[in-house]
Amino acid sequence: MSSPVKGGPEVVLRLAGISKRFGPLLANDNISLTLHAGEVLALLGENGAGKTTLMNILFGHYVADEGTIEAFGRPLPPGSPRAALEAGIGMVHQHFTLADNLSVLDNIAVGTELLWRWRSDRGAARRRLLDLSQRFGLEVRPDAPVGELSVGERQRAEILKALYRDARILILDEPTAVLTPQESAGLFETLRRLTADGLAVVFISHKMNEVFAASDTVAVLRAGKLVATHATASTDRAKLAELMVGRSVKPPAPAPLSPGEPVLELAGVTVASGHGRPLLDRVDLTVCRHQVVGIAGVSGNGQTALAELVSGLIRPDSGRLSLKGSVVEHGDPADMVRRGVARIPEDRHSAGLVGTMAVWENLIAERYRDSSFSRLGVLRRSAARAYAREVIEEFDVRCPGPDARTQLLSGGNMQKLILGRTLAHGPDLILASQPTRGLDIGAVSYVHSRLLDARAAGAGILLISEDLDEILALADCVTVAYHGRLTPLLPHDRVSVSQLGLLMAGHWDILRDILPETVHAA
Amino acid sequence: MRLEPRTDTPLALRLLAPVGAVVAALALCALLVAWTGAPVLRAYGLLFEGAIGSRFALTETLTRATPLILTGLAAAVAFRAKLWNIGAEGQLYMGALAAVVVGGGMLDLPAWALIPAVMIAGMAAGGVTLLGPAVLKVRFGVDEVVTTLLLNFVVLLLVSLLLEGALKDPMGMGWPQSAPVVEAAELPKLVARTRLHAGLAIALGLSVLLWLIDTRTIWGYENRAVGANPRAAAFAGMPVTRVMLRTALLSGGLAGLAGAAEVCGLKGYLTLDLSPGFGYSGIVVAMLAQLHPIGVVGAALFIAGIFVGADAMSRAMPVPNYIADVLVATSLLCMLVAGLLARYRLRRG
Amino acid sequence: MDFLSIILDILLSAAFWTAVLRIATPYVLGTLGELVCERAGVLNLGIEGIMTLGAMAGWMAVYQGADLWTGVLAAAACGALLGLLHAALTVPLGLSQHVTGIGVTLLGTSLSYFVYRLVLPQASTPPTVEPFQPLALPGALAQTPLTYLAFLLVAVVAYVLYRTPVGLAVRMVGENPAAAEAQGLNVTAIRIGAVVAGSALMALAGAFLTLSAFNAFFFNMVNGRGWICIALVVFASWRPGKALLGALLFAVFDALQLRLQQASGGVLPYQLFLMMPYLLSILALVLVARRASYPRALMIPYRKGER
Repeated sequence: MSSPVKGGPEVVLRLAGISKRFGPLLANDNISLTLHAGEVLALLGENGAGKTTLMNILFGHYVADEGTIEAFGRPLPPGSPRAALEAGIGMVHQHFTLADNLSVLDNIAVGTELLWRWRSDRGAARRRLLDLSQRFGLEVRPDAPVGELSVGERQRAEILKALYRDARILILDEPTAVLTPQESAGLFETLRRLTADGLAVVFISHKMNEVFAASDTVAVLRAGKLVATHATASTDRAKLAELMVGRSVKPPAPAPLSPGEPVLELAGVTVASGHGRPLLDRVDLTVCRHQVVGIAGVSGNGQTALAELVSGLIRPDSGRLSLKGSVVEHGDPADMVRRGVARIPEDRHSAGLVGTMAVWENLIAERYRDSSFSRLGVLRRSAARAYAREVIEEFDVRCPGPDARTQLLSGGNMQKLILGRTLAHGPDLILASQPTRGLDIGAVSYVHSRLLDARAAGAGILLISEDLDEILALADCVTVAYHGRLTPLLPHDRVSVSQLGLLMAGHWDILRDILPETVHAA
Repeated sequence: MRLEPRTDTPLALRLLAPVGAVVAALALCALLVAWTGAPVLRAYGLLFEGAIGSRFALTETLTRATPLILTGLAAAVAFRAKLWNIGAEGQLYMGALAAVVVGGGMLDLPAWALIPAVMIAGMAAGGVTLLGPAVLKVRFGVDEVVTTLLLNFVVLLLVSLLLEGALKDPMGMGWPQSAPVVEAAELPKLVARTRLHAGLAIALGLSVLLWLIDTRTIWGYENRAVGANPRAAAFAGMPVTRVMLRTALLSGGLAGLAGAAEVCGLKGYLTLDLSPGFGYSGIVVAMLAQLHPIGVVGAALFIAGIFVGADAMSRAMPVPNYIADVLVATSLLCMLVAGLLARYRLRRG
Repeated sequence: MDFLSIILDILLSAAFWTAVLRIATPYVLGTLGELVCERAGVLNLGIEGIMTLGAMAGWMAVYQGADLWTGVLAAAACGALLGLLHAALTVPLGLSQHVTGIGVTLLGTSLSYFVYRLVLPQASTPPTVEPFQPLALPGALAQTPLTYLAFLLVAVVAYVLYRTPVGLAVRMVGENPAAAEAQGLNVTAIRIGAVVAGSALMALAGAFLTLSAFNAFFFNMVNGRGWICIALVVFASWRPGKALLGALLFAVFDALQLRLQQASGGVLPYQLFLMMPYLLSILALVLVARRASYPRALMIPYRKGER
């Protein structure tokens, strides 16, 4: 390792006048930043503010249209991850860049040796990895295939990957998005060890509390522009929030409503996975009218199976699913739509919409067999277009018209399109999977207000989200998914973030403290 | 350099793409012709003349285009649904087989009833041949590219087996060929004293019909959605498996019809050289047409012209007629690049 | 004689096993070549055309006076060139690997026929060359040098894939190209390299046909062997050792059907026996398809910085 920190902190990274355009979108607008050794810089901003683009330019995934980057006093050639790595920059991507079928050691060692050596020196690689892992308290299993690792382990492997290559500047893109609050705390502890060793860290976030928990300096991006840089200690939440959004924001405030009759009931539902533990394991859950039930949990604990079950894509292997009091025997997506379920899929690009088809064609996708849209197998195209125009108007979808190709819409407008497709028919139950993931603040509050309107109108809502803040803001009751099981419903005002974090990590013994009266039942 | 998706592709560009591809292919193959020592311009001139230079040439090209339209449609409908049917050659032979069985005297019907019966039998045989790989794909996840390709060889061996056995023409002087179909099963000629037959009318009608189905009906709507994004289609409640199997039946059926039409319109009986690779050329036709049913007609005419013209050219100068196959293959590869340029623009950096 | 004793007789003859090794050779080489391409994430349906061109080019070089090994090299070079074409279209341009591969096969096949006909316009019986002769190694069934080379190459490819940095890089770009790029690897270059190398191996399979197994070039002589190799790659779960095993197993069945065809004395039509290899390949695919752990990025084009 190179020089320890001496005297004043050395400038390790300097970005000057970075601009980047994607088609009509100005993703980065003349951004300049400096980073010092031993510093943690939080890059704060809404989704779509340009944080990830900026870091991808820094790491050479994209080439900036304008501007220069200097690392350790030397200009960094653009567009080359290799050059960034050689300059001592390591990046931990939001979606981990690990190959599932290869071992941790393979993933870390690949590309670190000259390609044309006649054999890989695995022994030396293993020793070096274990040494780093000990020094920074990052525990990993070198020979385990990455596919078998937990999310936390994968992140440790990613960080080790950067350290293995002598990174002196570490970029972390939304590192806590997939962690429990306790795991996040562990990550911040790791960051402190790293900066004590003289590394500089940039971490990208849109969560305020993390900025205060972990950073020395905070830079705020808004709509591609750097709007402020502050020492974290000299600022406060309200100020940062306003900088980030450009106006003061009010969190959604659901009006208190008493729950009506049940619309969705799961009784002892099990979904087998084909190997090992079931995806859903004897799950009981009730969602009533006028009620938002939030499902919290680290991804991969059964939320996807639950969403697919309520979407009609899979069926329970045992147990019962009822809608509005009647048992669903052979559910399929079309049946669920007919029974009044509005389904907002987790991944709007791959499951929600057909990108190459027109807006109107996507809007009728769940109902094209209705007599209003087709007769004797012939599409009523003008009726469908007229309907599309209404929905576009009603749900404020910004697009050139019903014939526009869907893939040209922004993420927020795609989500409005899906809301329009599903909510326009007065649903009884809404399944909202990650309804605001990746959306900017305007779209987020639009989605939230639409969901709350539907709740007021009598729909029950099953909200599955990785964003605890979202769940706590919207849900009347929360349940935590862990290993395919669900906790009993917890009233949102009786559970704290840290308690949710413990439940998400499987410490269900604390249920005793939250719900003393149901201990015996659970 | 970097490729950036265009926000929309103007119609002119979509029409220009195949033209550009064909010009590029002709230019590349000119190098090959020059290498043989033949004068390039005269060679292409002869090719052109041989394809459309006379009434006879024109009807020959149209005759040759008939099976190509059908196999082109077969590839287009399958590729639209991302069903990689590379087995049109085998399906064509199955259709031809059905035609000589049903049209060979098994049914004693007048022409107006027999011809449709034979054509439907050909479609059914072709459709069922592709249904197998399609079922393996949706049930077991077996890649249909390899299974359809391998089935081509199996079908040819089956045809050979039958032509030397059960279906062998007793009057065929020992050649492996079937007995001819009965007269009532023969497709009428479109132009007297030429080889041009009613199969062309059927092929043209079908391409219009398929275009209407594609754009106007919920069938076409489902097909397009399933082809573009099967996950989203399934989520919305479309019957993805049924669409796949339906597409397989249709695609195989079109290829089978090509075989039946060749037998009943042109050859009269079945031999092992009924198709000089119509099934594979159909893929090129479909790609040149950008999978558009109407475009298939134009692309098939072009490919047919190349084959017919190259035969004429190679009779006049020492350029092997395999130049046509090279041109077709080159056109396909050029078309892929042209299609890309129509959908993306090149950007620096 | 009953059926079982016929089979036993066949299995116990050295001539049978010599034939098995000979029949297996093009499958070993072709499967190995396809495996290298697919491990890097590129399906190469050009294999049938590349094998045809390899067969023609190798034979043509020898026919024109080159020695046998120069012919082999010429075949490999032609294969590599077609591989480069496939790679150029599918890797940096990201075009459909299915359709491009079919195009490469059509091109390779038609070019081979074109050149052959150009050089030999009127040959009705194909002219022959003096092929590789069997070489008796101690303790082995006498085979031609290309067969020994094929078996050696299995070990080489396995070693390179699993024991060297470049092999790890190839596997990485086939599993997760974005991860490979984040590690500073040049995904495009590695994929192109793998496809070119794999295609050269396929062409060797073709050259074996004209320079070892036979001594002339016939039209349709590859006869679907390339497609069978693609099935064998799946059957082998993308592992060189299993690919060798699969090719040998396949050759055993193929050699057996040839012997049985002779033994059956025309009771059953010979076409039924000839169908066996193709049907067997389909069966093999059905058996393994469910549990195949294919390279995750297979057939997925990678475009840098696309969003």
